Amino acid sequence: MRTKQRNRLILAIVIVAFVAVSAALALTALNKNINLFYSPTMIVNGEAPKDRMFRAGGMVSVGSVQRDPETLAVSFRLNDGANEVTVKYKGILPDLFREEQGIVVQGKLAPDGTIIASEVLAKHDENYMPPEVQEALDTAKKMGVTGAEKE
Amino acid sequence: MSIIPNWLHRLSSPKNFYRFAGIASNWCGWIALVLIIAGLYYGLVDSPPDYQQGDSARIMYVHVPAAWMSMFVYVVMASSAAVGMIWRIKASSAFANASAPVGAMFTALALLTGMLWGKPMWGTYWVWDARLTSELILLFLYLGYMALNSAIEDRETAARATAILALVGVVNIPIIHYSVEWWNTLHQGATVTKLDKPSIHISMLIPLLLMAFAFKFYYLSNVFRRARCELLEREQGKLWVRELVGGERGE
Repeated sequence: MRTKQRNRLILAIVIVAFVAVSAALALTALNKNINLFYSPTMIVNGEAPKDRMFRAGGMVSVGSVQRDPETLAVSFRLNDGANEVTVKYKGILPDLFREEQGIVVQGKLAPDGTIIASEVLAKHDENYMPPEVQEALDTAKKMGVTGAEKE
Repeated sequence: MSIIPNWLHRLSSPKNFYRFAGIASNWCGWIALVLIIAGLYYGLVDSPPDYQQGDSARIMYVHVPAAWMSMFVYVVMASSAAVGMIWRIKASSAFANASAPVGAMFTALALLTGMLWGKPMWGTYWVWDARLTSELILLFLYLGYMALNSAIEDRETAARATAILALVGVVNIPIIHYSVEWWNTLHQGATVTKLDKPSIHISMLIPLLLMAFAFKFYYLSNVFRRARCELLEREQGKLWVRELVGGERGE
């Protein structure tokens, strides 16, 4: 390799290394702002902002969904396995909204610790399978077969 | 230069690359057509609907390969731009320049199909989460590359400037891929491109991979054709081009 070419090769490596390090530093510094939502544990610990809108994310707790039969109002609880928060919302829920579904809500914290949501988004998981496979998995679960793996 | 094999060295001359690219473009184009027809048939007709999302999940067969390609093309573009800059290989720089519009097209396609998918499933077209934002930055990187390339008249200077821009942008690629693991995002985690077993049923994985290969061959076919045009334009005064067009122009 001639000297000029080697210099240019070194330049290329230095650029990539320099940018990678500065991006890593910047992203680490901004870590909190890049997260799309606060988990219920963070909200219970008081890490969520109290005076402005923020997003909260978690799984819809089983048996927690209460719909008002007269209006579109609905209330449910979000959990992350450790803590729970109650969410109140008035509006149309996305198709994927159901118990044990990952949900992201945008709203404000009320003084009593519930979230008054203005937007509810559904998060879907990375599993794709035909309905029959899901049914087979559910029956296997019900019959108490352990270790039934998702295909 | 002993580290570069002889055939590769010969291929890197504009004249040989032009000939090779013409043949390769045709072959890749036909392979892509066959794979796209097969992939679309298996994806839209033969594969089952998803257990949660029903038929809406079928947009995955376009969205996911397009998103993979948006990152793959960027890495190829940045590497060939770097090789073109370091060893002053015109064919390599031309290949990088030809990759930019194709990569931008795949990125735009991934963003658009993602938005159309997001509205029914998530409840919104767009959300500023880490995955969506970093993919949008990728689109801007491609557009910036194209703008910079056409803004500089001198080809040598343009090759150096665009290579540096492309190398700076490479850092975005791992950020896109790992954004769903490093931060809380609305976008779900990786289904196929992880070390673990893919979390997708085999009947849906096959059309997905067919489409992925179809897009790859389409990219090759398209990029070779574009690179040929660029080489012809760049080398218009040279003997091999004059021989090619019958000595009528380039006087």
